[in-house]
Amino acid sequence: MIDVKHLSKSFDNHSVLKDISEHIYPGEKVVIIGPSGSGKSTFLRCMNLLENPTEGVITFNGTEITDPKADINAIRREMGMVFQHFNLFPNMTIRKNITLAPVRTGLMTQEEADKTALDLLRRVGLEDKADAYPNQVSGGQKQRIAIVRALAMKPKVLLFDEPTSALDPEMVGEVLEVMKELANEGMTMVVVTHEMGFAREVATRVLFMDEGRIVEQGTPEEIFGNPQCERLKTFLAKVL
Amino acid sequence: MNLAASYEQWKSLMVLGEEIGFFKEFYVKFYQAFLENNRWLQYLEGVGTTLLTTALALCIGILLGVLVAMVRTAHDQQRPGNHNPLLGLVNIICKIYVTIIRGTPMMVQLLIMGLVIFKSSRNFTAVGALTLGINSGAYVAEIIRGGLMSLDPGQAEAGRSLGLGYIDTMRFIVIPQAFKAILPALGNEFIILLKDTSLITVIGGKELLHAAQGIYGRTWEAMFPLVGTACIYLVLVLIFSWFQSKLERRLRQSDRR
Repeated sequence: MIDVKHLSKSFDNHSVLKDISEHIYPGEKVVIIGPSGSGKSTFLRCMNLLENPTEGVITFNGTEITDPKADINAIRREMGMVFQHFNLFPNMTIRKNITLAPVRTGLMTQEEADKTALDLLRRVGLEDKADAYPNQVSGGQKQRIAIVRALAMKPKVLLFDEPTSALDPEMVGEVLEVMKELANEGMTMVVVTHEMGFAREVATRVLFMDEGRIVEQGTPEEIFGNPQCERLKTFLAKVL
Repeated sequence: MNLAASYEQWKSLMVLGEEIGFFKEFYVKFYQAFLENNRWLQYLEGVGTTLLTTALALCIGILLGVLVAMVRTAHDQQRPGNHNPLLGLVNIICKIYVTIIRGTPMMVQLLIMGLVIFKSSRNFTAVGALTLGINSGAYVAEIIRGGLMSLDPGQAEAGRSLGLGYIDTMRFIVIPQAFKAILPALGNEFIILLKDTSLITVIGGKELLHAAQGIYGRTWEAMFPLVGTACIYLVLVLIFSWFQSKLERRLRQSDRR
């Protein structure tokens, strides 16, 4: 579904990603773990071109998205993204936050989008917040709304960039719960996270990154139960 | 006794050097400054020109400001190693414009425009409005640029990640938030512009201060026309400030917690 070939990314002269090749298959739930500064977020952000790769080719469902002529907006419509800091639009109501993109991109009429928004909000238990503004809800609620906003575009894959890292500990659970539900429904997901419990429970594959490379990968059982490389062992010893 | 008759009577006493008391003297000077020969009409005309000049200068200023701010931010947001040479050139022109305008006094700019560049033009007010607009544009550009830069880049990223284009992202997400952030600074700039229109008298613009100067040039009594002019400016600024605070309150709607 997403094919990454020889991806490299450097900021000025600082090299963040070094020759990564990877493939995300439909229905997979790929969790990327690793120490901070290892390039996890940059890798994720390259997949929908929020970061422009320095080198390499990324293909999404047969379209080469790194091609300068590719219609990046059309591609991004099919790849939802959830950010660490939610990035809800504070100048609009929650309903408008959710319906803006589907309506503006011509995916739905305003009525359809309103209905979709309410249905999705109901699923995460927040339908009474539709007319509130983002600043009026809690962090956990914001993140659930951000997930709903991404889902409203009916994406084929969802990218999560540390979705629980900016939350109070007691709000992490409600967000992970929503993500687990999505996973169970078969959504293709790529998740950068520090929640090892989530990785163990939901991931079909875990990638461990360090210093801009994917150092080790495997099923959660392999990664957590039988880590091979030294770097992963020390990392797990610290976080578990 | 009607107003004009008492004015004539007390004035003749004053001319003879008689002591007529504070209130009568006040009345005479007030009458002279505002009512005699329907002089208030001249102030009114002056206010009209002041407002027209402000409006013209504001339009030019905002147009230039938006253009320069867009060029400057677009240039600064380019990806490293992917520079557009044309944009670079325009960016340099914009930088020179802002540097020159901010680096020289408004009065000098007016004199240069009025007495050098447009020395054969008789339309002093239009030249004045143009100069003020060009001047204001440099400041507005920096205000807008500040507003666009202050916004969390995550906002634009979220818009783009949903598949919205650059223009839609700017229109629905970036500009409304930036506008709210810069409104106080923009209001400040507008007030400065409104008051700076009084400077166009130096090149012969016929606005409010020009009217006052004409009147005290005739009556040899400067206090009432000048204080009156100051009051009129104050009232204009107060009216505008009131509109501004109303607008700010409306835009603050989404900040309720």
